[in-house]
Amino acid sequence: MTASARDALLDSLLENARYSTADLARMTGLDESDVEAAIADLEEDGVVRGYRAVVDWESTDRERVRAVVEVNVELDRETGYGDVSRRLAGYDAVDTLRLVSGDYDFHVEVIGDSMRDVSAFIADEIAPIPAVTQTVTHYAMTTYKESGVDFGDGDDDDRLSVSP
Amino acid sequence: MGIQLSERVQAVPPSGIRKFFELAEERDDVISLGVGEPDFATPWRARTAAVDSLERGQTSYTANRGMRELREAIGEHVDAEYDLEYDPDEEILVTAGASEAVDLAFRAFVNPGDTVAVAEPAYVSYAPGVTFAGGEVLPVPTYERDEFRLTREALEASGAADAEVLVMCFPNNPTGATMELEHLAPVAEFAREHDLTVISDEIYAALQYEHEHTSIATLPGMASRTVVVNGFSKAYAMTGLRLGYVMGPAEAITGMNRIHQYGMLSAPTTAQHAALEALEHCDDAVDEMTAAYDRRRQFLLARFEELGIECFRAKGAFYAFPEVPTEQTGDEFAEDLLEAEGVAVVPGSVFGSGGEGHLRVSYATGMDELREATDRIERFLD
Ligand SMILES: Cc1ncc(COP(=O)(O)O)c(C=O)c1O
Repeated sequence: MTASARDALLDSLLENARYSTADLARMTGLDESDVEAAIADLEEDGVVRGYRAVVDWESTDRERVRAVVEVNVELDRETGYGDVSRRLAGYDAVDTLRLVSGDYDFHVEVIGDSMRDVSAFIADEIAPIPAVTQTVTHYAMTTYKESGVDFGDGDDDDRLSVSP
Repeated sequence: MGIQLSERVQAVPPSGIRKFFELAEERDDVISLGVGEPDFATPWRARTAAVDSLERGQTSYTANRGMRELREAIGEHVDAEYDLEYDPDEEILVTAGASEAVDLAFRAFVNPGDTVAVAEPAYVSYAPGVTFAGGEVLPVPTYERDEFRLTREALEASGAADAEVLVMCFPNNPTGATMELEHLAPVAEFAREHDLTVISDEIYAALQYEHEHTSIATLPGMASRTVVVNGFSKAYAMTGLRLGYVMGPAEAITGMNRIHQYGMLSAPTTAQHAALEALEHCDDAVDEMTAAYDRRRQFLLARFEELGIECFRAKGAFYAFPEVPTEQTGDEFAEDLLEAEGVAVVPGSVFGSGGEGHLRVSYATGMDELREATDRIERFLD
């Protein structure tokens, strides 16, 4: 498989991970069996780490709360960022975890069923970690765009149906 | 007595596209593969540049030839991308769409009664533009057996040796055909031998999928007899901003500007600011859009093959040009398909000689629509 075919495959999956193998084959010019093998490789090599839906919770009846938590840590001889990250990443409530540059160390996105839920999680689980010196929690009030998907309804096709 | 239209206007029939547009407009469940413009919005940075320019009150005319900075950026861009070298002061003119550039070229180069050879199937505006300029259209057919490339043989057989001007467009609307150096060389030779002025519409230059663009103006002896038309509509998804440009020898551009300065004064200022930003900062967006078109192109060609629809492998623009898969004419097929399944395609006959028996199928539409449309075509053919 050429690098460009692999790229085309990745781009297609990023566009829509639910494209059928047959469609992916058509779009990339590969055989279906090659597509399957390539996807298996991408998964095995840890390039593709998973697939999930991008959900606009505000359009559902379910209560979901997302918070962005800035976490500062103080490291010592025994504790590195890797150690802290392992502790944080272990929690199901932690959806996204990144070490970032700037005023704080870890950017943590926490998901819960209610604000109380999320607050309790931060107070009971994150703050007590010995390396953690400070947390600042921002509750997400409205999501406008997530994982590249714009939640506005700006994508109506208002082009003429037949044009030169 | 009311207004009497000029003979030139009366000589031009309404566009064949119009009929399919009206048919398609009658229903609301149409999936359209009849669209000749990108389905992407203009890259965000270019849009914000337009807004910024408005906020800063940059709403006056620019120089007739276009903002100097933009002409410089165009010059650098075409040099880097296509090896075309033009002086921004004298050899580049910014226009209100490639459409205006094409029209200016006809008016600047065509005398009443002059013959203008048009490689067909062709974009729908060329023939009327020639008529408005008082010229006579000489169609030069391109053939599926040549993957719809313009050939020296066709130029000779159609009598283009006696023409004054040759209009060509590769990558082509409607066929998606492209021409590489080896195919352009005999055409260039013919143009030199017969002293033709060439109008080369290269608005789809950035949208090529299996090779890079070669401009006929880069061939020996061609720069002095060619004007190259390009624009922002297709590559940068800027159709509504109406911005194009034309490049050529100083005399040609000066002549075209003479018309432009009276007819248009200057291209839209806001659009020029967007275009400058597009050239300087939107390469990634162009790459992404091109990659998306390519995936859809391959999808469409693969689906046609599965459905037994004959189609050469078009490598440019965002059109496939398959053969009509039934015994019908293209018009009949397109009408029936629209009626039965709500899929709009444009019959090839709309684009002039050699288009009959074919359909223009645009893939400037999302994958979901493309999948659904081809499923409906499959059902229609069963
Ligand atoms: C071949 C060709 N030239 C020119 C144009 C017009 O471009 P613009 O929007 O820049 O006027 C089109 C639009 O469909 C086209 O297909």
